[in-house]
Amino acid sequence: MTDSVEAGRPSAGRHTVALFASELHLVFGRARTWVLLAVLAAVPIMVGVAIRLSGSSGDDAQGFLGQVAGNGLFLVVASLALSLPFFLPTAVTVISGESLAGEASLGTLRNLMTAPAGRSRLLAAKMVALAVFCLAATMTIWLSGLIAGVVLFPVGDVVLLTGTTVSLGDGLLRAFGIAILIAASLLGLAGIGLFVSSLTSTPLAAMAATFGAFIVFGILGAIPQIDVIHPWLLMYGWTSFADLLRDPPYWDSIVRNLLLQAAYLAVFYAAAWARITSRDING
Amino acid sequence: MTLTPGTPGPTGATGALGATGTLGATGTLGATGTLGATGTPPVVTRGLTKRFRSGQVAVDSVDLEVPAGSIFGFLGPNGSGKTTTIRMLLGLIAPTSGEVELLGQPMPKAQLAVLPRVGALVEGPAFYPFWTGQANLLRFDAADRTADPRTRKARAGEALERVGLSNAAGKKVRNYSLGMKQRLAIAVALMQQRDLLVLDEPTNGLDPQGTREVRLLIRELAKDGTTIFTSTHLLAEVEQLCTHAAVMSRGKLVRQSTMAELRSELRPRLVVRTPDLQQAEQTLTGLGVADLKVTEETVDGDPGELPIDKLAAALVAADVRIHGFGLERPSLEDAFVALTGEGFDVAE
Repeated sequence: MTDSVEAGRPSAGRHTVALFASELHLVFGRARTWVLLAVLAAVPIMVGVAIRLSGSSGDDAQGFLGQVAGNGLFLVVASLALSLPFFLPTAVTVISGESLAGEASLGTLRNLMTAPAGRSRLLAAKMVALAVFCLAATMTIWLSGLIAGVVLFPVGDVVLLTGTTVSLGDGLLRAFGIAILIAASLLGLAGIGLFVSSLTSTPLAAMAATFGAFIVFGILGAIPQIDVIHPWLLMYGWTSFADLLRDPPYWDSIVRNLLLQAAYLAVFYAAAWARITSRDING
Repeated sequence: MTLTPGTPGPTGATGALGATGTLGATGTLGATGTLGATGTPPVVTRGLTKRFRSGQVAVDSVDLEVPAGSIFGFLGPNGSGKTTTIRMLLGLIAPTSGEVELLGQPMPKAQLAVLPRVGALVEGPAFYPFWTGQANLLRFDAADRTADPRTRKARAGEALERVGLSNAAGKKVRNYSLGMKQRLAIAVALMQQRDLLVLDEPTNGLDPQGTREVRLLIRELAKDGTTIFTSTHLLAEVEQLCTHAAVMSRGKLVRQSTMAELRSELRPRLVVRTPDLQQAEQTLTGLGVADLKVTEETVDGDPGELPIDKLAAALVAADVRIHGFGLERPSLEDAFVALTGEGFDVAE
């Protein structure tokens, strides 16, 4: 039955985007998020200043770090690589652990449910906001690394891992691509965090459990006796981003990593969905 | 049945409301009932049951029916299952068995269609403390996809004004008092025109002035045709506000009726204040006064249809010294205690 009140209302489904925008506002409207991003932005600056002050050409340093003094652009890549094992996963763990458990602990989850946000839609909005955060995190490092690199070091044409020299613009674009690839590499972990967050009303517990899972993956990856399962571990393909610095880029491991992340994301997103759509909202 | 926009409510559908209108304690309700536009009771439950994983039965086959246009008081001691029932009404938790219909549609199946027309306040205010009151309102409104973003800010302003929070709109909720948070929670429910408001303890934490304001607000909303379903343990509030009431006790619905009916059942008791307790008791027993109770200074009982002047004369004739004599109407609280068999202790 319809009454005059409802007739004056816009039809359902018209303003679906509003919740997604609101979700971004929730993530990026918090001081905590900006502290995390500030820490990430500090990584290239710290690394750059340290290399600059040491005064050594860094020829004896390994990998990307050794090339920073010669070409500031490598500060971007080196910083992304340095943040990947710890800083970035920590940031993703904090934000994803908070996502649903934070709402449950504040009690705002019931307000959203009765609004009604729709459980599936709320979960989708949470995941989209998480993905945007992952991208914002790596882009922060990219931008901060670029600025610090240009200020502290000479910048010029880029010598790739394959020995080919490409223009600065090409190098920048590849570094940008690396930032995107690393953001995508974090999505599996974000999915795990979202799922764990759907299980509890205590955000801190969700963060701890998610980080715990991350550490377990790390430990499993360090045990050579079980190397049969290594290719299926969350972080197995995380270093594949370096293949973008070959000419031509070596896509196989990059694509494999993206597929693995997609699989982790799909499994844990589905689990989170099953949980949130059946959960009694008592908080 | 679907109405073309702009057509006034069909008289056929509202005709059924006459019945509910007459049940209302106040005459005005009959008129407001017609604004409810449909004769369907906005809240219906059938055999609603919730058994928690611990095995505890929080709600036990509850059959509620809230008439359109009513102000429905949902009473019960703490722990009697009120909030659990409300959570099931709104689709927050799934019933173990039984059904819920809100505004004529099954819950939780039709929740996306129904809930935009329902304003809800469940178990105390819950907000993002690091955001302002206004930002909180905007977020919950954004979660409702039927809410128009163009009017969002204006509607938030109106809702804040209605609950008297205009001056605190830009303050972070962290700095709100409990009473202010409660008002903000009511403002969330008022962000849109609603057909039904489900308010769980709406005056909790409010000062007497705030309580009065909320009461006025509820009356005003009811006058506009909104059905109000409000849980409370403040009986004074129910007496002043509600047209209907239901009483929960240990998960069961023990009573559901109009306030007028509930009041009429509260039979007056004869109370005799006297030093001659024993003699008075004997005399009254002899005259047929039932359910006699003797306290330190009084004897009281149910006089039934006996004329009380005759009773007085009989007592005097029996040489009972009378210090006080009269009929006392029990309060709603007495009725409440009689129904729930307990005071306000937490139910087991």
